[in-house]
Amino acid sequence: MHGLINRAVQCFVRDIYGPEIWAKLGAEVGVGTSGFEAMLSYEDEVTLTMLTALSRMRGQPVEDILEDLGTYLVTHPNTRAIRRLLRFGGQSFLELLYSLDDLPDRARLAVPELELPQLHLTELEPGRFRLEVAARQGGFGAVMTGILRALADDFGALAFLELGGAMERREVITINLLDPEFAEAKQFYLGGEAQLPGSAE
Amino acid sequence: MSVEPGRGAIGELASARGGFLEPILQEALDRLMPMHLQLRHSGHIAHAGPSLQKLRPDLPLSGRRFLEVFEIKRPSGVTRVSDLARADGGRVKLAFRDAPRTGMAGLVAPLSADHGLIVNLSFGFNIIEAVQDYDLTNADFAATDLAVEMLYLVEAKTAALNEWKALNQRLQGAMTAVEKQASSDMLTGLANRRAMEDVLERLTTSKASFGLMNLDLDFFKSVNDTLGHAAGDHVLREVADILRAETRLSDVIVRAGGDEFVLVFVGLSNPDRLAALGRRIISRLEEPIPFEGDTCNISGSIGLTVSDFYTTTDAEEMMQHADTALYASKRGGRGRVTVYASDLPGIGEGCD
Repeated sequence: MHGLINRAVQCFVRDIYGPEIWAKLGAEVGVGTSGFEAMLSYEDEVTLTMLTALSRMRGQPVEDILEDLGTYLVTHPNTRAIRRLLRFGGQSFLELLYSLDDLPDRARLAVPELELPQLHLTELEPGRFRLEVAARQGGFGAVMTGILRALADDFGALAFLELGGAMERREVITINLLDPEFAEAKQFYLGGEAQLPGSAE
Repeated sequence: MSVEPGRGAIGELASARGGFLEPILQEALDRLMPMHLQLRHSGHIAHAGPSLQKLRPDLPLSGRRFLEVFEIKRPSGVTRVSDLARADGGRVKLAFRDAPRTGMAGLVAPLSADHGLIVNLSFGFNIIEAVQDYDLTNADFAATDLAVEMLYLVEAKTAALNEWKALNQRLQGAMTAVEKQASSDMLTGLANRRAMEDVLERLTTSKASFGLMNLDLDFFKSVNDTLGHAAGDHVLREVADILRAETRLSDVIVRAGGDEFVLVFVGLSNPDRLAALGRRIISRLEEPIPFEGDTCNISGSIGLTVSDFYTTTDAEEMMQHADTALYASKRGGRGRVTVYASDLPGIGEGCD
């Protein structure tokens, strides 16, 4: 698994559960407090071990933790670069949904080694979508569910999401877009913030 | 564009205020090229695309003279808009005359013999400043315009680059620490033999002048034997402090072995000055060193040579000569400095 993904979990644990929980987890996984290098690749096994240990420590199913991770990626100030890059996908939640199929390619443009799950969106009927998330490892669907819930909020859309087949290699998210303009969208300037987003630190 | 505007589409419909195109055509152009301008042969702007007009919200571009609003950077010397389409395949570079003086690249095409020109503009490399200056959104760009994709790329690549930079800095820090460890003596913090070889190699290659001093502690073994290794280690650290205090920062002090030190004086090759320095070092070494209620008494013997003695300097040869001089000091009764000379007896020679 790419270091960026492991690093995302690390920052999430540190920012949401606290540095002492990360210290414990980092020691258990064997990467220490400094943790993962965002630009190096790691064995998939490491990520699995980390998530299993975290799930045990928190007494929470892995998919619930991963969904919180997705929400964190869009909403936390430390990961604002990720929110911005996702918002480039479209001007509305609907446009963003249609841009999801291109997400793995978009990510590869920035970091060629970063392998994201294949995403495939189908419109079942107006306002009702099915998003297939396929990857070597299950769990990305759960993260995606958290990301999309947070992004719907960011765009001011009212959407209802349901995850099927959680943690399997093919996960399915059903999206009911009830009201695309339910609330005012949060601001997004093409020209960026005062400065370009830096690292997650 | 496949539409060949006939007289029905243009001309009659033209008004002093609006564009000269049929409304449906005008709408199509606004959608396909939101940054375009329609120019009359007179040099007046007949119509500005919606995104271009957004750059000057308080100033309707339509009706103004093109060359008064924009400064043409290239092609140079343009005084009539009709010249624009001819030069360089219609490529132009221009900028607003008033602030913000956003630069743009454009393409000019004549619309018909009777009616004006179309100028389609793009921000080119000024895109990043432009979206900041004018607060543009996705909707201001045609879907076929790669401007937003470019902004995405710049942002994504910058984020990735920052991560790379952070990684490189951490690796650089780790490398420096390892290098320092590998080239220094843990007890005294002085350079070790490996570092000394690097320095001598560099100095001989660059033909720099330098002095080389070998120092052996005298009576150190008896400190170790009578007061123990802790006392010995303490003495070695004290010696290191003395050597650091008596030399310049640019000089290299090496702990070459147990109680053997090598000093390299970069740019200092006067044997008399070095001998005087050697004597001062010895007199400081001979000051009693207190250790846990006991007193350690040592001295030192020095042999030295300088690069000026040789036509071509060879590190190994100079080390041998410094050793020969050191041996002469030892044999001469210790606690003294000897400068190398070719008539000194070799090590093991002339022993009684």
